[in-house]
Amino acid sequence: MGKVPKKKRSVADKVRKAKTSFEIKNNPFEVKINRKKFDVLGRKSKHDVGLPGVSRSKANNKRKETLLKEYKQKGRSSKFIDKRFGEYDTQMAPEDKILKRFALERQVSKDLYNLNEDEELTHYGQSLAEMEKFNDAVDSDDESEEKGLLSAELTASHFGGGGLLRKKTGGQQDGEETHRAKSRQELIDELIQKSKQEKRERQVRKEESQELTEKLDQEWKSIQALLVKKTPKCDRAEEEKPKLEQYDMMVRELVFDMKAQPSEKLKTPEELAREEREKLQKLESDRLRRMMGEEVEESSQSQSHISADDLHDGFILDKDDEKTLSYQVGDKRRQAVLSSPFSRFLLLLLAPESYSDLKDLLQGHTPDNQRLIVARTQKSNHASLAVGNKLKLQKMFGFLLEYIGELATRSPPELVAVDKLIPELYSMCQMFPEAACKAMQSIFEDAGHTMEEVLEVKGHVPFPALDMLVYLKVTGLLFPTSDFRHPVTTPALLYISQALTKCPVRSLQDVTSGLVLCCLGVEYVTFSKRFLPELINFLAGTLHLAVKDKTSLGYTVVPPFRPTGKCSDLLVLSDSESCASWTKKSLPLSATRHLELRSERDRDHHRLTCVSTCLDLVKRCCLLYKDLPSFTCIFRPIRTLLSEHLSAQTLPELLQELRGEILESIGGAAVTRCRLVLEKKKPIPLKLLTPKIVEVLDYGKKRGCNREEREKERLKHKYKKEFKGALREIRKDTRFLAREKLTEVMDRDSERKRKVRELFGSLATQEGEWKALKRMKSK
Amino acid sequence: MAPSKRRNVILRITAEQSGKRAKIDLNTKVKDVLQDKKNANDVFDILELLESEKEKDVVNAVNACSKLFSTLLEKKDLFLGKLPTGEEEEAFIGGLSAEEKYRLFMRQRYSSCVEMLLEHLDHELYSVKESALCCLMKFAEGEGRHPLEDLDWSEHYSFPRELLQGVVDRLLSRTTENSMLISRFQEFLEMEDVRYYVMSSIRENVGKVLAKNKGALIPVYQNNVFSLMSNISIPSQESGLTNFMIKQEAKHDDWKVAKLNEHKRAFEKMWLGFLKYKLPSNMYKKILVILHDSILPHMSKPTLMIDFLTAAYDVGGAISLLALNGLFVLIHQHNLDYPDFYKKLYNLLEPSVFHVKYRARFFHLANLFLSSSHLPLYLVAAFAKRLARLALTAPPTALLIVLPFICNLIRRHPSCRVLVHKPSTQDESVEDPYLMEEEDPAQCRALESSLWEIKTLQSHYHPDVAKAAGSINTPLSGLEDDISELLEKTTYELMERDLKQTRKTVPLEFETATQLLKGGGDVLGQHFCLG
Repeated sequence: MGKVPKKKRSVADKVRKAKTSFEIKNNPFEVKINRKKFDVLGRKSKHDVGLPGVSRSKANNKRKETLLKEYKQKGRSSKFIDKRFGEYDTQMAPEDKILKRFALERQVSKDLYNLNEDEELTHYGQSLAEMEKFNDAVDSDDESEEKGLLSAELTASHFGGGGLLRKKTGGQQDGEETHRAKSRQELIDELIQKSKQEKRERQVRKEESQELTEKLDQEWKSIQALLVKKTPKCDRAEEEKPKLEQYDMMVRELVFDMKAQPSEKLKTPEELAREEREKLQKLESDRLRRMMGEEVEESSQSQSHISADDLHDGFILDKDDEKTLSYQVGDKRRQAVLSSPFSRFLLLLLAPESYSDLKDLLQGHTPDNQRLIVARTQKSNHASLAVGNKLKLQKMFGFLLEYIGELATRSPPELVAVDKLIPELYSMCQMFPEAACKAMQSIFEDAGHTMEEVLEVKGHVPFPALDMLVYLKVTGLLFPTSDFRHPVTTPALLYISQALTKCPVRSLQDVTSGLVLCCLGVEYVTFSKRFLPELINFLAGTLHLAVKDKTSLGYTVVPPFRPTGKCSDLLVLSDSESCASWTKKSLPLSATRHLELRSERDRDHHRLTCVSTCLDLVKRCCLLYKDLPSFTCIFRPIRTLLSEHLSAQTLPELLQELRGEILESIGGAAVTRCRLVLEKKKPIPLKLLTPKIVEVLDYGKKRGCNREEREKERLKHKYKKEFKGALREIRKDTRFLAREKLTEVMDRDSERKRKVRELFGSLATQEGEWKALKRMKSK
Repeated sequence: MAPSKRRNVILRITAEQSGKRAKIDLNTKVKDVLQDKKNANDVFDILELLESEKEKDVVNAVNACSKLFSTLLEKKDLFLGKLPTGEEEEAFIGGLSAEEKYRLFMRQRYSSCVEMLLEHLDHELYSVKESALCCLMKFAEGEGRHPLEDLDWSEHYSFPRELLQGVVDRLLSRTTENSMLISRFQEFLEMEDVRYYVMSSIRENVGKVLAKNKGALIPVYQNNVFSLMSNISIPSQESGLTNFMIKQEAKHDDWKVAKLNEHKRAFEKMWLGFLKYKLPSNMYKKILVILHDSILPHMSKPTLMIDFLTAAYDVGGAISLLALNGLFVLIHQHNLDYPDFYKKLYNLLEPSVFHVKYRARFFHLANLFLSSSHLPLYLVAAFAKRLARLALTAPPTALLIVLPFICNLIRRHPSCRVLVHKPSTQDESVEDPYLMEEEDPAQCRALESSLWEIKTLQSHYHPDVAKAAGSINTPLSGLEDDISELLEKTTYELMERDLKQTRKTVPLEFETATQLLKGGGDVLGQHFCLG
């Protein structure tokens, strides 16, 4: 009864259903067209056309099948489930169902507990019973194909919990599946039967062929003897294989072997000269760059040309060596005593372990021999000959330096020996630049330290001794003095400057020492033309010492010199007559320490030599510094000194000449200079920002830059969409349920009304009948 | 007296035998004298030992005396009041009791002992001097506690002034250098009253000695005076006056010695009295070095030093440099107006500024003086130019101070930038208009010049200097360079920087060295030979 309105709707649905989809799609009342805002080329839109009626009815139907049923079942605990086989299967014919149910009933009763009657246990489609025999040793290839095929079909039935058992349990849950399985099961059974049969046949066939091959083999062996010729051939083939490998290996080895590099061809003298020139140019440019204070990449460290025959043993064949080399080629390798000029020392020398060792080694030899000893020691202890040699030689450099210092401090100083040792020092320095640098540095550190200490106590220091002067000179020989900053030469220059400013000049020896220092200073700055103020100060002060009349000086002298005082007339000639007999000759270096000047005339000559040296140095300085902007200011004191004070004095011809030259070069220098202007500053460029490139994987509204963020964003979006959809669905469900409830209530009401009306009707008829009866009675 | 002589002989023998025994003997003697008045004559033995030749004996005797007389002082066993001047016998005749006589006798021995000790202060052995000094100060303390004079009126504060005067007179010897003893004496100078009276004694002594000499130099004496005076320092607060040798019983707070102002006045008088006279130049330097932080703050009127300082400032050279510091304190804190201060400062700039010992101090002060932003432009420019000119003769350590100094000047006075930046329309080349000899900074035309000297120093041999000089090529940064840490840099420190640096590779000379005198332009080889 309650199904009346439902039927109405279902009628409508039916009408819709009855219509073909084509009809619906073409019905303009059914179609809702979603307007597109933009036409995007190449994009297919799924939702341009919607069929709201269809989808609504679909949804409605679905609800009816699910939600409505649940609603109806609400509050009911009991449930009727038909578990008969195939009850809910609409596709199965009723006769089939009956047949199957019958068969099932029978099967269950029969072999529920019969585990192993005619069912064969298998593994990979092979019977286990069969496998236990292990008789099919030869597994022919053709079988495996079928094995695969079999297994595919059989595993489901055999390993999915067993075909029959599954039938029972699965049948209860969903009849439809069991039914299908059932039908397939039969097919499978058939298949199994077939395969078993085939297998059996195959086995039989195999056994037969095996027997046949065995037979054939036996027969072959009997004939084999007749075919002797052929057997070694296959043997040889086997043997040939490794041989081939060997060959391959060799080929490969040869491929990967270093190719013999072409040796440089013998160069013509011009080429050699050009190379030499290029190398020098490169070194020169490196030196220039260092002078400007730029760091040079380590390429300047290049060694001298190495010949192809060089064994890297440090042996350089030069004139001195040739003789000794021939001795060495001879039979006497160790400690050969020879009757040559070198007989007094050993050919192979151990590197000295301490300074005293070296001293013992060199003591008592002539300077030439000393050099030879050092050279031999150096060669016989070359770094490539033994592991510790490098260290030994590095130490030896330090000892040698010490030795040189000692030679210079002896009285009289043995400077000739020092001079002879210079080439050896140079070559060792080239070999171990770091060690040489360290050794020199420690010398300057000590010297600087003692100087500083004495200065602190006394306020002045004596001039450095001859050994320091020699060290300074050696430094200039071993290291480039033109570098902007150099670990050895910069401190050496500082030392010179300190000595020139802090050492008071008190004797002619002091003047000589100072002049040696000045010479060194000039040498140090000759190439780089750097400004050494102390040098100019000292030269001016030295010239001041030669000025007779110390009143009305037009210049100031800088410490350590004083305008007047005890030692300020050191270079003033005692007798002007001595000018005539003076000739210029170079002073010995030992004059810095010890002067043997017996007569006043000798002393005067020495003074004149000092003045001439000083003037020459001034001249050199003039040339060096003539490009400096303050050239005139720097040389103003010297200029006034020379032009106003020294001119009045009687000087030898040579000195007058020098004086004139200097005055000329000072006066001739450009007095004017350009105004100072700051360097133009480059405009600061705007900050350039490189564009940030973000990989765009999909288009549309996208936020977030990296993958995780994008993924998060996407999930959020999806969640929102789903949430909204779910809400919508829930609303639709409630609306549907409400509608259902309303219809229910309305149905109930109308039913009641109908019943009431019926009752009233029946009562009315009853009343009418009763009244009629009554009327009839009263009548 | 006879027995005493006999005893003397014995004692001498024992003293010769062993010093230790002598010491024991002395101690027993001191005990005897103190115990019984009958043994009073033993004092002569002790006093005789004081004049012994042996150092040990003298020291022992001094110690014994100190013990003996300080106990006597404590016991008040010494005669009070003035000693009778006449003959000893006469004093005894004046009817005195035996007790009185004993006291008088002891008092006479005491004064002769003090005299001897004072003479010992000129002894050639330091240990004798020291023990004598300590003993005398002990006596002074005892006398202060138990005055030897009659204190008739309560206004009188007891203090052994005569004794102290004697000590000071001996300390300020005219012939021997007493600095060791004076530094030993310093410990007593920590006591306020001693210090006060020492100060006045010094003043008296100095006045007496130097006035007598009529301004002639007595270097040894002046040295002694200076070392004693420089040891005197006064607490900065009144509450610091706590350490007294003698506490006055009555009206202690009214005592002059207890007032800081009095101390300051005495201090000031002492110094002015000393500085009034001509001083040797090294003394000048010594005084000027300590003037600003150990003399000026302790004076009640530091402005009284103006004359001295201006005189010193006019001396020139290092003394002027040192006077700057004191002058600065006066100008800065005491409102001294010094009209030609900057002109004089300008004239102090000589090549020697870079070589003197007080270079750091000078540049520190010059930096202070020139830090004012109210200085006229011409002055700053003159200073910058002059310093730059002088820098041409300066050693690298000084250059490392001067170059940032000049840069700082230009930074403080941006109008001085013309010195390093003067763009001109045509490529004119000018002669340096700056006048080095001009003494007036206003007339030296520094502003018309440029700092070519710094440009020159860009090719200085030392890399740091060249770099510092290179900073004028580019516009200077806003921040001033801090020169305070550069002030004390020594050449050795500069050397160390390069020596300690470890570089991977060491560039080498590529021209092969063959001989000692060859290479590098052969300058050395041309003028010198090996022989």
